[in-house]
Amino acid sequence: MTRVYVLLVVTWIRAAAQYPVSMTLLTAGSFLVTGLDMAAIAVIFSHVGSLGGFTLPEVMFLYGASGMSFALADLLFGNVDRLGQHVKAGTFDAMLIRPVSPFVQIAVERFSFQRLGRVAQAATVLAIGLAHLHVPWQRLWMIPVMVVCGIVVFTAIWTIGSSIQFTLTDAGEVGHAFTYGGGQLTQYPLSVYGADLVRAVTFIVPLAFVNWQPGLYVLDRPDPLGLPYWLRFLAPAAALVLACVAALAWRSGLRRYRSTGS
Amino acid sequence: MIELDGVGRTFTVRARTGRLRRDTRVVHAVRDLSFEVAAGEFVGYLGPNGAGKSTTIKMLTGILTPTSGRIQVAGLDPSRRRTTLARRIGVVFGQRTTLWWDLPLRDSFTLIRHLYKVDQKVHQSRLAELCEVLELGGFLDKPVRQLSLGQRMRGDIAAALLHDPPVLVLDEPTIGLDVVSKAAVRDFLRGLNAERGTTVLLTTHDLGDIERLCRRVMLIDHGSLAFDGTVEDLRATAPEGASIEEVVTRLYTRQAG
Ligand SMILES: Nc1ncnc2c1ncn2[C@@H]1O[C@H](COP(=O)(O)OP(=O)(O)OP(=O)(O)O)[C@@H](O)[C@H]1O
Ligand SMILES: [Mg+2]
Repeated sequence: MTRVYVLLVVTWIRAAAQYPVSMTLLTAGSFLVTGLDMAAIAVIFSHVGSLGGFTLPEVMFLYGASGMSFALADLLFGNVDRLGQHVKAGTFDAMLIRPVSPFVQIAVERFSFQRLGRVAQAATVLAIGLAHLHVPWQRLWMIPVMVVCGIVVFTAIWTIGSSIQFTLTDAGEVGHAFTYGGGQLTQYPLSVYGADLVRAVTFIVPLAFVNWQPGLYVLDRPDPLGLPYWLRFLAPAAALVLACVAALAWRSGLRRYRSTGS
Repeated sequence: MIELDGVGRTFTVRARTGRLRRDTRVVHAVRDLSFEVAAGEFVGYLGPNGAGKSTTIKMLTGILTPTSGRIQVAGLDPSRRRTTLARRIGVVFGQRTTLWWDLPLRDSFTLIRHLYKVDQKVHQSRLAELCEVLELGGFLDKPVRQLSLGQRMRGDIAAALLHDPPVLVLDEPTIGLDVVSKAAVRDFLRGLNAERGTTVLLTTHDLGDIERLCRRVMLIDHGSLAFDGTVEDLRATAPEGASIEEVVTRLYTRQAG
């Protein structure tokens, strides 16, 4: 699986490398554009000093960690939301005749190297935030865990959104709207939004596990909403459950796939 | 090599019938289809537009799951063991390429070698052989999107055979080809069947393919098998001296009526 993934990625990068200038410009462009996000947060802080009770380095940490998850998930598996286009165009059939999971094939198709720009940007913000935070080393282990769980959660949600497109090709944009919205949501401290929303998000959509609960652990802050402490360690379980749901949705979607008439 | 037993496939289609009303209708693309193809056979699969040929091919390759009945191809149930079956079957869709649009043909072939885990040496000699018979040399380095239809079709056929599958199914492999390309493809398929013993099932609207290639013909109409026999049997369904076009026209219109 991993071998095939890497192989396909290399093939697509080689194909894109025939246009090196365009590849470099796109990567730099994506670094800059996502940098504007951070600039916007910095501008807010120059006026208010703290956001929902969080200092600038703390917000940078939360933003950077969720940004890393999102950008890496997008880089590695973001293409799965193209499924609807492939189903409509009938090009999905070609992926089903190969001895490799169509999920992997679609994930890496025209692998967009330039998405690395966004990863680099999130990593920079995360590093700057952490440099100002003095997180005790006993708590640092949570950071890679939350990033990896975040990747799994984002990928799972995209996959569920895509699986719906097997039957409902009109729903093309469902998954997309969902995640990009989700990506924005977790980039600011959750207490900025109302308590009800946060409860709903924590329990209904496990997106809050992406960085909010584990983030509180790393920052060693009390939960502004008074939710139990153990929730901070639930990220891997939430990611696992969501991944299983996604796998089931994908399989049942695949069985319902009806190809095109011609 | 290929076995179908009471296979059916339905599609539920929703059609707008009024401003708010939507009717659902069930289309029986294939119904109660049973046949067997032995190893080494060369079978032509005929039928009017919308008869269910492509649907059958898609079920044989595991793309579509049948709604009823059982299928075995090369000893496997296609929809359950799709990825395993992929190593034992070659598939060509004349209407649509299975190659990667932006990759040069050569890269597509290398990728296929890795996906199917074909040994480097075996691959080299197989590729050289296919390049020679299908005359791919002139456009190996062009991206697939720049190839002409005939070039692309030959590329697709080569791609389907790089892993040397015992079964090859082709959905309209001669569609849109000029006489020369058509002859080249036919010669190639005939040689493949005769020399390597590859089992071939192809659909076509070109009766020349049937006359020149197939020992056995199956005719499907409205999703069920209407004829199964040799080309001579097929001719015998019409008065002596009728051309193959006339023979098939009789069968198509009889079924429709
Ligand atoms: N994905 C689909 N959704 C709805 N109906 C479909 C679908 N695929 C096929 N059909 C219907 O099933 C029937 C058989 O279609 P199929 O493509 O198998 O015909 P065919 O024999 O290949 O025809 P042609 O010679 O035109 O290629 C047609 O009535 C078609 O409209
Ligand atoms: Mg067809």
